[in-house]
Parts: sequence; C-alpha cells; structure tokens
Amino acid sequence: MTIESIIPYMYIAASVLFIFGLKMLSNSATARRGNGLSAIGMLLAIVATLLYGGMSFKWILVGALMGSLVGVAAARLIQMTSMPEMVGLFNGFGGLASLLVGWAEYHKIQTELGIGVIDKGPLFTMVAIGATILIGGVTFSGSMIAYAKLAGKMDGKPILFKGQQLVNGLVLLLALLLAAMICGCPLGHYVVFIGIIAASLILGVLITIPIGGADMPVVIALLNSYSGLAACAAGFVIMNNVLIVAGSLVGASGIILTSIMCKAMNRSLANVMFAGVGATVSGGKTFTGEAKTVSAEDTYLMLEAASSVVFVPGYGMAVAQAQHAVRELGDLLEANGCEVNYCVHPVAGRMPGHMNVLLAEADVPYEQLVEPQDVNPTMANVDVAVVIGANDVVNPAAREEGTALYGMPIIDVDYARVCIVLKRSLKAGFAGVDNPLFFAPNTRMLLGDAKHSIQSIVSEFKES
Amino acid sequence: MESMGLLIFVFVLAIFLGVELISKVPSQLHTPLMSGSNAISGISIVGALLAAGRGDGPVMIVLGTLAVTLAMINVVGGYLVTDRMLAMFKHKAGEKKA
Repeated sequence: MTIESIIPYMYIAASVLFIFGLKMLSNSATARRGNGLSAIGMLLAIVATLLYGGMSFKWILVGALMGSLVGVAAARLIQMTSMPEMVGLFNGFGGLASLLVGWAEYHKIQTELGIGVIDKGPLFTMVAIGATILIGGVTFSGSMIAYAKLAGKMDGKPILFKGQQLVNGLVLLLALLLAAMICGCPLGHYVVFIGIIAASLILGVLITIPIGGADMPVVIALLNSYSGLAACAAGFVIMNNVLIVAGSLVGASGIILTSIMCKAMNRSLANVMFAGVGATVSGGKTFTGEAKTVSAEDTYLMLEAASSVVFVPGYGMAVAQAQHAVRELGDLLEANGCEVNYCVHPVAGRMPGHMNVLLAEADVPYEQLVEPQDVNPTMANVDVAVVIGANDVVNPAAREEGTALYGMPIIDVDYARVCIVLKRSLKAGFAGVDNPLFFAPNTRMLLGDAKHSIQSIVSEFKES
Repeated sequence: MESMGLLIFVFVLAIFLGVELISKVPSQLHTPLMSGSNAISGISIVGALLAAGRGDGPVMIVLGTLAVTLAMINVVGGYLVTDRMLAMFKHKAGEKKA
C-alpha cells in the first residue's frame, strides 16, 4: 500500500468535516466550533494533496506563504463595518483561483496535445474547463465591482444604459460559443481560450454595475454562491470529489441566502439582477412635506421620559461607526428603567447579517435583538423608535402601490408614538424613493453624523 | 465514462445536502455563514497545489503559484475573520449565562 492510496480517504474525511462544519455554522451555539471543524477539514484536504508523488514544493511554499500573510493581515486588520467589502473581495479571489486552476489544466492539455502525448482533449474535461473559466471569471470581475461599490471606490448608484440586457445576453452567448469551439476542436485555440476569459470578465462587470447599493446583500450572497460553483466546476476539471462536494455546499448555501434576501425585499432574483432599482423611480409617487428637526437635547428629554425604545440600525450606523455609542446609549436607557430593543431588518446594511455583526461587536445582548415581525404588532406601544441611518427598510412608501419599494416588508417605526430619525441629510435612500416617514407628524429628524449625535445624547444623559 | 457519471452523481447529492443543511439559518448568523462558506470555497487550493507542485514549464508554475496564493488568502483570511466574528457572538452567549 502506497501513501497515495490513503489520499481519497482523507478527502472523504475532509468532506465530512465541511458538512458538519456548515451544519454547526447555522446554529449560534455551535457556530464557532463548526467553523473550526471546517478549517480542520481544509487542512486535511491540503495535507492530503501534498502527499501526492512528484510534487515540488518550492512554488507551493512561495504561494502559500504570500497567501497566508495577506489572509492573516486582512482578517486581523479589517474593521467589522467593512466586512461586506472583505467578503466581496474574498469571493473574487476564490473565483479567480478556480479560474487559474482551469487555465493551468487547459495549458497542460495543450502542451500534451502539442507533443503528441494525447491526440485530443477529453470532451468532458474541456466542457468542465469552459464552465470553470466562465463562472470563475464572472465571480472575479463581478466581485471586484461589488467591492469597489461597497468600499466607496465607485459610485453605488446603478449604472444603466439602453439595451443593457441585450448586450449582456450577447456577451454571454459569445462566451458560450467560444467555449463550444474549444470543446469541439481543442488543439491550438489558445486565442479562443483567452477570448473566453475576457468575455467572462466583461460579463461579470456588466451584470454587477446595474445593481444599486441597497441590493448589495443579494449580490454578495449570489457571488458567494458562484465562488462555490466555480470551485465545483474546477473539481470536474481535475476530477476531484472534495472540490465538488465543498463547492456545491457553498453554492447551495449562497443560493439559500440569496433567496432569503430577495424575500426580505419582496422581489424576485430576476428583478434584483435586471431591473436596477432606482430606474423605476420616475414612475413612482413623490412625497413632499416639511420635516421637523430636533436637537440632541430634546431627543434626550424624549428618551429620558420613554419607557420603551426600539433602535433600528441601518447602513448609516456602519458608516458612522456608531455601534458602540448606540450600545452605550442603550445601557443608559436600561439603567433609567426603559425597555430597550434593537430591531434589525434582514437587508439592513450592505450584506446579509451586517447589522448583527456590528451590534455583536458592541456587545449588545442577544435577547435585545428582535425580528421585525415580532416588534411590528406591538409598535404602537413603543414610546420612541430611533432609526439610525436606515431608510428604505423603514419607508412607509412600501405600503403604497405604485412606489418602487411597494410590497417590501418594513419595520413599522411610523406607528411608534414618536420616531426619531438620525440621518446626515434629507436625501432619498439608495432606492431613490422619497421617504414619507420624514414628513410624518410624529417624526423628528436629528440631522448630523450618527455617532456624533448619539454621543451628544449620551453626554446629556451623563450630565443630568 | 463511469467516473464522470459518478462525479455528477456526487455533485447532485451535494447540492441537495447543502440546501438541506442551511435551509434554516438565523439572520444574525448570515455574515459569519457567508464568510465561513467563502473560506470553504477556497477548496480550489487542492487544484492550485497540484498545478503549482506538478506543473512543468513556466506558464503552469506561474498560474499554479498565483492560484495557490489567492486560494490561500481565501482560506486563511476567511476562517480567521469568521472566527473573529463568532468570538464576539460567543462572548455574548457567555454573558447571558452569567
């Protein structure tokens, strides 16, 4: 028995660890151990691969060392508010890695064809290579655009042009045609092969640019799924089960998250991908009225007298890094005998669960986190609802037909006795829809940087 | 031919398994689940290692080494940052008991 013969069993063990790890990751009590298990599975898969005969370790070491350094640095240094960018970037790296694996295999086949070791590329492998390049390329360039939008290096507004879907369709068709050419006649088509890479990269850019900032949770989840499918396709290329199992697990989990996000916005995936929210604004209703502003001092007086308060955080809280200040205020209110809850909308922020991570970072107790469907029926009994940099997820326009947000489940903060909205300015949200909440009789606007505003309220509390 | 059938068989089962595994996730775990599963998609490191370790010729080496680097960023960064996030969640669970 050679050492190579145990490799498949190590791969099976790794797959089992991934499965258990993912299962445990979906439960808050076991999540951390689950992540550890899946990391052990990865280590096992890597060690198993290194046991193959005829490996030279020089370049592996170089790559592994560089990758580990960057990975450790990124994981340590990243701010929790920037998690969406980081996940976006990592999705892209995963996609590109799979693309390169497919490319390397193609190059190997080309070389073998060239010196006559084999006379034609195996069709199955060629199809798999085509799929890997296509999915990997779309994942990479799509993720880069998502990253640029999330990191503010690019305008988050949807970029739309006439005939966009036609162009996207044509590019996809071109990529598929080129892939078919490679499969039909594998020898010496390196130019065609590069063409597939180029087409897939362009396609990734094209399908991501029309998606606006507020829809980013959906896109990030979808690209997450693609990065898994790219690894899965690479598994078909090198005929390796562990890639296929791990890749499909990730693909499936990404798809589920995507559908959860879509449901939370009451929109179909097709609508998110192609409609470009904001494009429909012109047909939407406009709301006008006079917004009443309020000072930090008066806000303090209202909060001081309140016996129940609900905080509704949104992307603005992340931008202002206000989560610690919010928690401090929450603690002061609790000490004042007030019931404090935090209500997080599933699509608040720029990635699924974004707000929960920030509130966890600030040590907000788990029991104080409530779901919209639990808090909405009792909203009339809430004295003060404090909206921190959220807009579309609390927009009552979603209840009115004919608006772009129509049908999206929202947090009914306008039903609270008083609603205080912390916002930098009176501009419309990412969806580009006016928010009638701002003009409601029981709404007061506290304009300015969210962190600064909250801190002012906190210091009012402390002075009294 | 048979091995391809087997690969597809495994693929289909794994997709169904994945859907079953993650159909009910509490929303506060969405971000860690995503970054954790993202780390798993770094499994393409297996293919990358084979390309970098067994490839002959400069093209294979360059492609392989680059793939190893990227996949490694994904794996190492993904697992570590997920752990960092989940540690914050855990901290809270400890507080609850106290």
